[in-house]
Amino acid sequence: MSLSTLNRKLLRNLRETWAQVATIALVVAAGVAAFVALQATVDSLQGSRDRYYEEFRFGDVFASLERAPDPVARQLEGIPGVTGIDTRLVAPVRIPIEATTQPPIGEVVGLPPGGDAPLNRVLLLEGRMMEEGRADEALLLEPFARRFGIVPGDTLPVIMEGTLRQVRIVGIANSPEYVYPAPPGGDAIPDEERFAALWMDREAVAPTFRMEGAFNDVVLRLGPGASLPAVLAEVDRILDPYGGRGAVARDRHRSNYFLDMRFEQLSGMATSVPLVFLAVAAFLLNVVLSRIINLQRGEIAAMKALGYHNREIGLYYGKYVAVVVLLGTVGGFLLGGWMGQGITSTFLRFFGLPLLEYSVPASTFIPAFAVALAFGLVGAFVALRRILRLSPAEAMSPEAPARYRPSFLERLGLGNLFGTSGRMILRELSRHPVRTTLSSVGVALAVGIIIMGRFSMDAMDFIIDSEFYLASREDVSVSLVGPTSDRAVKEVRGIPGVRFAEGLRVTPVRMASDHRSRDVPLYGYPDENRLRILLDGEGRRVPMPVGGVVLTRTLAEMLGVEAGDTVRVRLREGRADERTLVVTGTVTQAFGLQGHMRLEDLNQLLGEDPAVNQLRLALDRGSYPEVERRLSEMPRVMEVTRKEQAVARMRALSGDTQRVLVLVLSLFGAVIAVGVVYNNARVALSVRARDLGSLRVLGFTRREVSTILVGEQMIQVLVAIPFGLWIGRILAGLLAGSIDQEEYRFPLLISTETYAFAVSVVLAAAVASAFLVRRRLDKLDLIGVLKTR
Amino acid sequence: MTTRSADSAKAVLEARDVTRTYRMGEVDVHALRGVDFALFQGEFLVLVGASGSGKSTLMNILGGLDRPTSGSVLFDGKDLARAGDRELTEFRRRHVGFVFQFYNLMPSLTARENVALVTEIARDPLAPAEALEMVGLGHRLDHFPSQLSGGEQQRVAVARAIAKRPEILLCDEPTGALDYRSGVVVLEVIERVNQELGTTTAVITHNAPIAAMANRVVILHDGEVEEERRNESRTPASEIRW
Repeated sequence: MSLSTLNRKLLRNLRETWAQVATIALVVAAGVAAFVALQATVDSLQGSRDRYYEEFRFGDVFASLERAPDPVARQLEGIPGVTGIDTRLVAPVRIPIEATTQPPIGEVVGLPPGGDAPLNRVLLLEGRMMEEGRADEALLLEPFARRFGIVPGDTLPVIMEGTLRQVRIVGIANSPEYVYPAPPGGDAIPDEERFAALWMDREAVAPTFRMEGAFNDVVLRLGPGASLPAVLAEVDRILDPYGGRGAVARDRHRSNYFLDMRFEQLSGMATSVPLVFLAVAAFLLNVVLSRIINLQRGEIAAMKALGYHNREIGLYYGKYVAVVVLLGTVGGFLLGGWMGQGITSTFLRFFGLPLLEYSVPASTFIPAFAVALAFGLVGAFVALRRILRLSPAEAMSPEAPARYRPSFLERLGLGNLFGTSGRMILRELSRHPVRTTLSSVGVALAVGIIIMGRFSMDAMDFIIDSEFYLASREDVSVSLVGPTSDRAVKEVRGIPGVRFAEGLRVTPVRMASDHRSRDVPLYGYPDENRLRILLDGEGRRVPMPVGGVVLTRTLAEMLGVEAGDTVRVRLREGRADERTLVVTGTVTQAFGLQGHMRLEDLNQLLGEDPAVNQLRLALDRGSYPEVERRLSEMPRVMEVTRKEQAVARMRALSGDTQRVLVLVLSLFGAVIAVGVVYNNARVALSVRARDLGSLRVLGFTRREVSTILVGEQMIQVLVAIPFGLWIGRILAGLLAGSIDQEEYRFPLLISTETYAFAVSVVLAAAVASAFLVRRRLDKLDLIGVLKTR
Repeated sequence: MTTRSADSAKAVLEARDVTRTYRMGEVDVHALRGVDFALFQGEFLVLVGASGSGKSTLMNILGGLDRPTSGSVLFDGKDLARAGDRELTEFRRRHVGFVFQFYNLMPSLTARENVALVTEIARDPLAPAEALEMVGLGHRLDHFPSQLSGGEQQRVAVARAIAKRPEILLCDEPTGALDYRSGVVVLEVIERVNQELGTTTAVITHNAPIAAMANRVVILHDGEVEEERRNESRTPASEIRW
């Protein structure tokens, strides 16, 4: 009976305090929304990728080789753990379209009759499959087709084995192996403009590539419980006699590798960031609820006077908190689900994943609700206990004047620096050290979260700077068709506009120490190299070792070697045998696992005459078009890459993801700042309405009165900012640590712009909330507040 | 003790046919129903009435805390009924001192600073210490409100109200929250201010015996002036009993 009256009172109380209920529920909702949205995004992206990989039977192991007769496939099939195999024809081609001066690189993939490959299946988006037996029909990779506006029915010029053919595009397609279309090669950056895949009828094109009854590419699927290292070793053993170039697992597949890199970046954020959000929301909930309970002191006392037990009153407020938290959680869940869908589809578009699988993980509801409820209850009960401890008569009588004393600064004798209003502010703040600290911590977290969001941009800038500008000073790099006499360097130096040219030799090797091994490119540099420079951690030039090898630091760590140790190097070109090299030092590079040595030593290692297969060129200003034209006339030139293009591409690749995250995190930071400042000022306004009303009665203007209220908040914000910068650094460090990418390290570098950005967002949010409170203050009924106790 | 003649003095503040209607939920409450009332230079007036009689509403309107629904309030030739928020703030800031039942001191400021709050924005104020001396608190200048008794807090409120040398001192139930002994001390202080500074003073109370200390007594009933009388002889605050 009494309970149902209490419940009715609860409903009315909720209705009366709806504005406060709404603001707290909003804070909870924002935290829950961010938590749910990021979880849903990561879940859905991974779900979409996994479903795509599964439905289109993306391989687990990949290997390419010179040429092996078809019966070798049976040996591969027999490897324990292998459940599916496709031996394919994959051949490099060039596509001399007029839209670019430099012909893009292409890859022809042979498909069985009907186009239904057993593995790495093709998703036909538009048009139809090739007709059987036609060597002039092909499916074209979708990003390339979109980039150049190619539609089914168009004809594309393709140079196959030195012969120009006109190929009719009959369909536009995609496949899990080309989500990130990257040309083959060690340090390729995905580029939809420079790379295309063409699926063609295998039987029809096999003669062109002299692959009748043979294959040069293998895709394998493994069953559960298969030993990946064992399979890789076995594949290498079988393919070795046929010019095998080393089997790689899915994590090193060049499209999946880039996809993983970006997933890793995202899920690093998506696991740490939502927890921070939830913690911050819960923290605010705690602070604000405890203050609201304090405001209801009189009512609580009256309930006690009427004979309610503490337990009943506790239950009553427990329900109050539960309703608020439930409202917030449900709202946040819906909002987060909706936001997550937007973020997911944005990312899917960036990632080039075709299937949309979106689901909000229902399992996020319970932890979100539980965390928020727990923090809310603690906040409410701490405040409640203080009031319940008083006798009803005490609690009902007006609170005695709060005890104040001169603030710390005044005790230092600095009191005269502040006017009376200033002293009021200082004493108010120093009287509630816990509350002041908690509010500042809230604002500091807001600053920190924004820094964490934007810092990845700084890290990427630094990586690009150090890799593309400090360490490599060429304007253009040229890939040659194969090892070429170093006379090519002299020839290129003769082209007008070329200021300087250097030849490099790059060869793929498997580097090993004990049981650890990695497939990496090994670079050979000419003595006195000027365009590619090795730098140590402090940016000092590392000399090229005579007779030894220098490793990137990440690679050295992975192999567990230091300067002075030796590594085993298994060559994949020329004489495919194993050698031992001494590691003479390490270099710091954000990108890549690489070995570096002298060109002469590398040539010797490979048992070849002085040869290079890459050229690095420094050009005179404005000479690029002419140099490029001249280069494309040279028969051994395979690809010309302009550094500017590579940089732009690199920025574009990471930029989209980062911009979305910066936006989401900045919004959240702003919500937190508003939540803290607005709620604080609102509660301060109710608690101190009498004081402020009195000031108005004494003849203070609205501006003067709001200065006192808003000043308090602003001081807390200002105190919080340096602290927030520090928190931002810690959060960024956590994030950098959680992006544990083998070949991709995030340096912990935060730019002044990022700090300034975070501070401006939070200040703007604080000023906006102060403005809202000022408007409420203007509506304050000054006589009313003086009449009530 | 001189007894001023109200007729010969000039009206400092004058309410003419003032009405004030509040809307409380569904019903209109007529707090004032056409009140004509004046405060004369230097007088000590006591406004008596039961709760709900409209006395606080009248004082709020006289003090520029509220505006009448109709009628006019004249101060120095200006009609406060038509003044804007800025002008009312200015009026309170320069010309009126308030004392309320609940002292409304700033808990974060000492006695001296509470007074200084007003003297900092006034034109020709008393020194805060001087004002506090006047209410007998010269020895408690640096105490915070939490360190003062209720009566002392109310005397700080009086000191704060008079420190700017206002023309008018308005006291709304100044003894309402105090025990008898403290109440008398506060009334003595108000009496002294009226005599020594010549501040026109109005005290609102439902406590009828207090009327004995006034020059003039106005009794409000149900929103109208029921009776107005002059005390031939005033009883000093110290001799009042309730």
